Order: sequence, then structure tokens, then C-alpha cells
Amino acid sequence: MSGVFVSTTINGDSVEFSCAADEPLLDVLRNRLGMTGSKEGCGTGDCGACSVTVNGRLVCSCLVLGAEVGGATIETIEGMADGDVLHPLQKNFISHAALQCGICTPGFLIAAKALLDKNPDPSEEEIRFGLAGNLCRCTGYDKIVRAVQATSKEMRGA
Amino acid sequence: MPLDTSYVQKTLKQVGTRPLRPDGLDKVTGRARFGADYNAPGQLIALVLRSPHPHARIRKIDTSKAEKLAGVKAIITSADLPDLTNGDRNMRDMLENCMARKKVLYDGHAVAAVAAIDVTTARKALKLIKVDYEILPHVTDVDEALKPSAPVIHDDVFTDGVEPKPTKPSNNNKRASFGHGDVAQGFREADVVVEHSFKTEQTHQGYIEPHSCVANVSPDGTGELWVCTQGHFVYRNQCAALLGMDISRLRVTASEIGGGFGGKTHIWTEPVALALSRKANRPVKLTMSREEVFRCSGPTSSTSIDMKIGAKKDGTITAAHGVLRYHGGAFPATWAEFGAMTAFACYDLKNVKSDSIEVIVNRPKTAAYRAPSAPMAAFAVESVMDELARKIGMDPVDFRIKNAAKEGTKSSYGPVYGPIGIGATLEAAKNHPHMKAPLGKNQGRGMACGFWFNFGGQTCTDINVTPDGTVTVAVGTIDVGGSRASIGLIVAEELGIPYDHVRVVIADTSTLGHNDMTDGSRGTFSTTMACVAASRNVVKELGKRAAKMWDIPEDAVVWEDGHAKPAGSNAGNFPPLSIREIAAGAGNTGGPIAGHNEMVADGAGVSFATHICDIEVDPETGRSSVKRYTVIQDAGKAVHPTYVEGQYQGGAVQGIGWALNEEYIYGKDGRLQNAGFLDYRIPVCSDLPFIDTMILEIPNPNHPYGVRGVGETSIVPPLATVANAMSNATGVRMTHIPMSPPRVLKAIDALKKH
Repeated sequence: MSGVFVSTTINGDSVEFSCAADEPLLDVLRNRLGMTGSKEGCGTGDCGACSVTVNGRLVCSCLVLGAEVGGATIETIEGMADGDVLHPLQKNFISHAALQCGICTPGFLIAAKALLDKNPDPSEEEIRFGLAGNLCRCTGYDKIVRAVQATSKEMRGA
Repeated sequence: MPLDTSYVQKTLKQVGTRPLRPDGLDKVTGRARFGADYNAPGQLIALVLRSPHPHARIRKIDTSKAEKLAGVKAIITSADLPDLTNGDRNMRDMLENCMARKKVLYDGHAVAAVAAIDVTTARKALKLIKVDYEILPHVTDVDEALKPSAPVIHDDVFTDGVEPKPTKPSNNNKRASFGHGDVAQGFREADVVVEHSFKTEQTHQGYIEPHSCVANVSPDGTGELWVCTQGHFVYRNQCAALLGMDISRLRVTASEIGGGFGGKTHIWTEPVALALSRKANRPVKLTMSREEVFRCSGPTSSTSIDMKIGAKKDGTITAAHGVLRYHGGAFPATWAEFGAMTAFACYDLKNVKSDSIEVIVNRPKTAAYRAPSAPMAAFAVESVMDELARKIGMDPVDFRIKNAAKEGTKSSYGPVYGPIGIGATLEAAKNHPHMKAPLGKNQGRGMACGFWFNFGGQTCTDINVTPDGTVTVAVGTIDVGGSRASIGLIVAEELGIPYDHVRVVIADTSTLGHNDMTDGSRGTFSTTMACVAASRNVVKELGKRAAKMWDIPEDAVVWEDGHAKPAGSNAGNFPPLSIREIAAGAGNTGGPIAGHNEMVADGAGVSFATHICDIEVDPETGRSSVKRYTVIQDAGKAVHPTYVEGQYQGGAVQGIGWALNEEYIYGKDGRLQNAGFLDYRIPVCSDLPFIDTMILEIPNPNHPYGVRGVGETSIVPPLATVANAMSNATGVRMTHIPMSPPRVLKAIDALKKH
């Protein structure tokens, strides 16, 4: 098997790995780098549980190849908190009970952060469409939307 | 001393508050370990070869080429899983479902499995296994399977519950009847009778986490299994039985579970992974793909239901009769019975009968799905109820209130009810602002009721007081949606200590006695009951130790607010001793302080809900969207109200998905055509409004805090609620779930033609 050698930046750290040419970034993260916070719900880009950002762009890491991310800047759930200080989204997801089983939570947090980075004051509709690429089967999305609304308000100091 | 489980009203300091859940931090930071997040040193990766045919005889499986592939460490077929089930039909079916024996019975049925050094090698190996099939005729439709011309799937299934027992095998494994009174007479007394036939399509629980396990069997016959499951003790017992292991030799550790909803109550891949590990002498990791989850885990039944209800003009129901056909997938099951038992449970009926017909089809083995079988039955009953109310000119809520079951009602499935909440949920619905809000163009409003039994079951719990006075609670029931928070609240309340001094963990199977799985909405009900008993044992022990420290009799000590106090001035004048002080001295007063309990948690309180839905339909396309939705449900006692709301909202939305979008689509070739989240569309955030909730608390008399189960009932009313809303919006009675745009459009067009 011919491997591909990749140098990249993940959550601010320089990381090097070798992977197969056809290996999804998700598998690299989970199986080669031990970063199991990104989840595989489908492997076909339909559920969003593996959401990460690559160069600031929200992607399903199951649809990106490890070989593609040389020189990129990748953010995953493992890098969301600043040490022991949670990102406001993380804090509000807990306090609003925006998670039940929690398998979709890392993907939702990454997607919600990407949304708020682009649009700090989204309407309910913009939140709902902004998160429509992430599936949650437990919550009915109610408390997820409320947690994002609360975070938006908090981060804007409103 | 056995626990007095009776409900006692008291002032609560912690139960009913909304603290942060203990596993929240791990779950928002990616630390929490779910099924596929486990790995063992030296593990192999396993994949399963699955049948492309819905029904075929296996003539031969040739694994020789695959075995020769470098990196392949073990291959198994059914020959490696000998039948040790000793005539136990359920266990034999379970075994056969894990690995096909003489025949494959559905598209996706496992026929062989490979463990290799990596996934690429395992994939190559699967392609090298040659299976010679003799293709047989198949049937996937619940009504078609009952026809005399249908291919018979099992030649050893003869209908139970029919006298005389048939001599010919068929796809109907059982019939049963429930009810009381004289239905024929009741219909003669009716002024109006409404009768319809309904169909509901098969849906999947749709948990986002695919099944995954790591099995590690050692040459000495001991084994370990890390797995996502709703019941690790049950998995242990069943896997041990199928593999011929002593139960004590298999230790199962449950991962965090990424959703189950009933779908992780059955073993599929676990015995396969264990058998591969045993053969390869290496740890084996086996994770299902999403396609496999759809094709070959355990979705719910599709159904065909005939429903007939009659009433007098004053709104009194005189008779109700339903015939319910549910498929159990490719194996005998009793899902129709659950439907028949729950169908009429909301009402006080003089004459009622429900007949269940169990059907076998070439689809995957049906598993429980949240209040299994009840939503489809409620869809049929509540649709007919709505039409009946309209025909006699009564408000649909008032019609239901008039006929609602109450304390003392003999239920349609047998038992006489204690205090129940159906009437209260209906009254709350009647007075809810949602009911009075104006509707827009092309919008309709519907409401419906639902019931679920709830369950108690076997439960075993340990509470240990640590040397600093904080407490660990080891439970054996999987936390599927926040039960660790509820359990922590109850233990904190009982011991009189802060919630954050209680740490609840899910223990592995070698640490506690058997626990039934988290199903039947039993997680919080049964575990908190056992934890109340265990806490009281702890308190008793704490009192003993305080008595020893003070050198007074044990019965002269009382426990209040987390402290031992002398019972009165006669007992002595001692300042209160905190749990921390007693724990610190435990080494001198008798050793570690602990409380244990094991029980069968009887007395689960039945649960009722009423839902209200507003829907808007586009008459040009048949597309619909839910505009407003309200859930009103009796919780008995909401231990952690936020997570009770979460159960209400989640169940409602699963039901909305079922009502509007979700369905298994099988082609004429008997193959599943939509085995992925793109084509099997579950609701997404932008499909929905906020889901309003109202928690009613009518205490369950059989639980010390009045707790009923809350997890399942919320999925029972939505099919009917949404269908009634759709029928009101379109003017045509919707009888086929899901009400996808093409079906709605067809119904609207048919109405126009009339």
C-alpha cells in the first residue's frame, strides 16, 4: 500500500501523518491520531456527526481525504475549549440540555460555531437552516436551537 | 428490610430541580467514549458478508480463497456458531439472525464474517468468499405475506392461538384477542359507526451511532466485550449462551450509547465478533456501516390495521373493534399483540375487542422502537375517533374527554387502572392556548392521545460512601438520555447531600448483579427505586456508625439534612455529625460504608399523553410542514424536568418524521432501496418549529417519588396527531403513513375528482 505523507495543523498543533490515498480525513483523525471526538454516523456526508472545519470551512470529514489537507488549518471538537474554559456554545449546550445521547453533539458544536463565526446574530430560521446538515435523533432540535440562540446573545453581549 | 415503594408526598429540596448533567462536559468536548471509540491493542477489523437476496437457500459457502489472503486472521460462517439453544426458539432465531444457517431470510442477512489486520484486507477478503444461493420466492408486504399464495418463509411455523392448530405452516405465527363485553351488541347500539383500513410503513429508530463492539476472547475461555447497548447484562447473558460460555466468564462494558430507542436491545454483531475473536485469538472490532444499520439491524413493523368504532349521538362509545397485522421481520414475533393491547387503552369502553395477527416477511428481524407497536395502533384508533367526533358533531377533545379512562376503569387489555393522567392531559389540551390559536390558509389542526405501559424489571445497585463523604453510585442500567442526572438527584435527596457530591457510573457486568436493559421507560423508574432502597441502607449504616462514635443505641440516632443527630434530648447532647465526619472515621467504626439493593421494580405507572399539531399543506405539491406542536404528558414526577421535556420533544419529532417522511422502500426484487440517511430522511432542524411541552405530575402510587416512565409515550400520539391535522387541512382522511408529498397529492387529487 502506498501511503501519502501529510503535514498539517490541527487545533493549532503541527501534525504529521501518513495515510492511504483513499483514506477519509475522519479515519485519519479517529484511527491514526486518536482524535475520536469526531463521530461517524454515516460515512456519506448525510449526518454531520464528523463535522470539522478545514481552513475555516465547515466540512464533513468523512468526505474529505486525509491526503487533501496538507498545509491546511483544521479545527475539531478537541480544540474547541480553551484549556479548561469551555467555548460559550459548549457551556450552553450543557446548560440548555441540548444533548441527550451526545453522539451528534461534537458535529453540532462545530457547525454552530461555524455558523456564528459567519453570522453572529442569526435568526431562528438561519440557525435552523445553518444546522440542517446535522442530524440529531434525540432532542427534536428544540434545545439545540435555544442553546445557539443563547450563545449568540451572550457572545454579542446583548 | 424490603423497601416500602409507596408514594409519599414530601417537600423536595433537589428532586425536580435542573442541575447540569454529569456526563455533559465529556460529551461537549469529544472526550466521551462511544461504541466505535474503543480500541484494543492488537485488534483486528471485522466485516460481515451479507446476502443480496431476500430469500434464498445457501447451497455452499466457499471461504478457501479468502482464507489464503495475507492478513486474514479468521473467517466464520454458521458452522462456527453451533446451535446450543436446546429447543429455545427465541434463542435459535437470535442465533440464526446473527448468522444465516440454511437459508437467508432478508436482504442483508449475514452469511459469513472476516477478521483481518485492517479494513482494506477485510474488504478484499469479503469479495473472495463465494456463496452459492438457490434463490427462493420472497414476500415483503405484510398483507401479501398472509395470502395463501405467499411463499412460506419458515416450514416449521404453525399459527399459535388458533383452535385447532393448523397443520400447514404459514407466515402467521400467532393470533390473539384482547378486550371485554359484547362488541356485536355494542355496534347495534351505536348511532354512528366509522370504519377504516390503515397502513403504516416500516421505520427505523435512526440512532446516529451505528452498532459497534470490540470483542476479546482469550484462550482460557474468558472474554471481554466493549459495546454500545441498551442492556449490557442482557447482551452478556445472550452472547454467553450462544457461544457456550459460562456467563461469569464474559465481562461486558457498555460504552456511552449514541441513541438506541429500542434498537440496541438485540444482539446482531456481538456474537459474531466474539466468535471471530475466539477463532483468531485476537481482539476484534466490528462496526456496522450506516447501510448495514438500515438493512440488517432491527427496524419496526409495517402494519395493516382495520379499525371500527361506534358511538351514540351523545358521544358515548358503544363498541370498538380493531384487527391489527404487524410484521416481525423474518422471524416469529408478537409485535401485533403490543399494538392490540395498547390500541384502546386511553378509553373507558364497555365493549371492546382487538385482534392481533403476527406476520413473517422477508425483512430484517423487527426490534423494539420506542413504545413498540403503540404508535401505529394509536394512529388507527385516533383517526377513527376524530372522524366519529366530527360525524356526531362533537369537538374531538370533548368526545375523548367523555370516553377517557379513569381510576377504576377496566382497561381494554385487562388490568384495572389506578390513578392515571389521560383525563388531565385532555383537559389541559382543551384549555391550552394552542387549541384557540387562529389557523392560516391551507393549515389544519389535529390532536390525538397515546398510551404506554412502562416497565420495571430487575435492577441491582451499589452506593459507596468514599472516605471524604462524597458518594459513588454504581448502576447497571444504561443512561440513554440523562438518567445519571436523575439518579444523582434522587440519591442526593435521600442522603441530604449536594447533588455534585454524588457520582453515578454505569458499572460493568462483573461488578453488579443482573440488570434488565434500559427499555420500557424503566431506566429512571426502576433505577431510582433501587437507589432509594440502597440510599436508605446507607443511611441506616451511617446512623449505626454515629451511634458507635457517640456510644449511644442505634435507634437513638436520626438522619436529617445529611447529618446524624441524636433522636432527642434523652439520647444525649451531641452536635450533628456530617456524612464527611462519619466517613472519615469509618476505619474505626466498622469499615467502608455502603448500601446495596437488588429488586424487581414492580409497579411501573402507566403513562398517557395528548398532542396537538398545526400543519400547513401545499395543495400543488402535497408537501407539508409542521407549524406548531404541543406535547402534554403525565410524568408522575419529573425528577429532572429539562430532560423530561427532552424526552417529550424527541419522541414527538421521531413521530413527526414517521408520520411525514420516513419509510423503508423495498423493490420488487426484495432489496431495500433507501439504506442511507439521504434517502431515508429523518427530520432535520429546518423542518421543525419549537416543540412546546407541558409536564403533568400525577404521582405513580408505586414509586417513593411518584415517578412513571417518560421515555416512550411521546412517540405514540404523533402519527395520529399529524394525520388528523393533515386530514383537517386537506379535507381527506389520511389512512397511509407516511403522508409523504406524493401520497398527500394523490389523496387531494382523488378528492377533487369526486
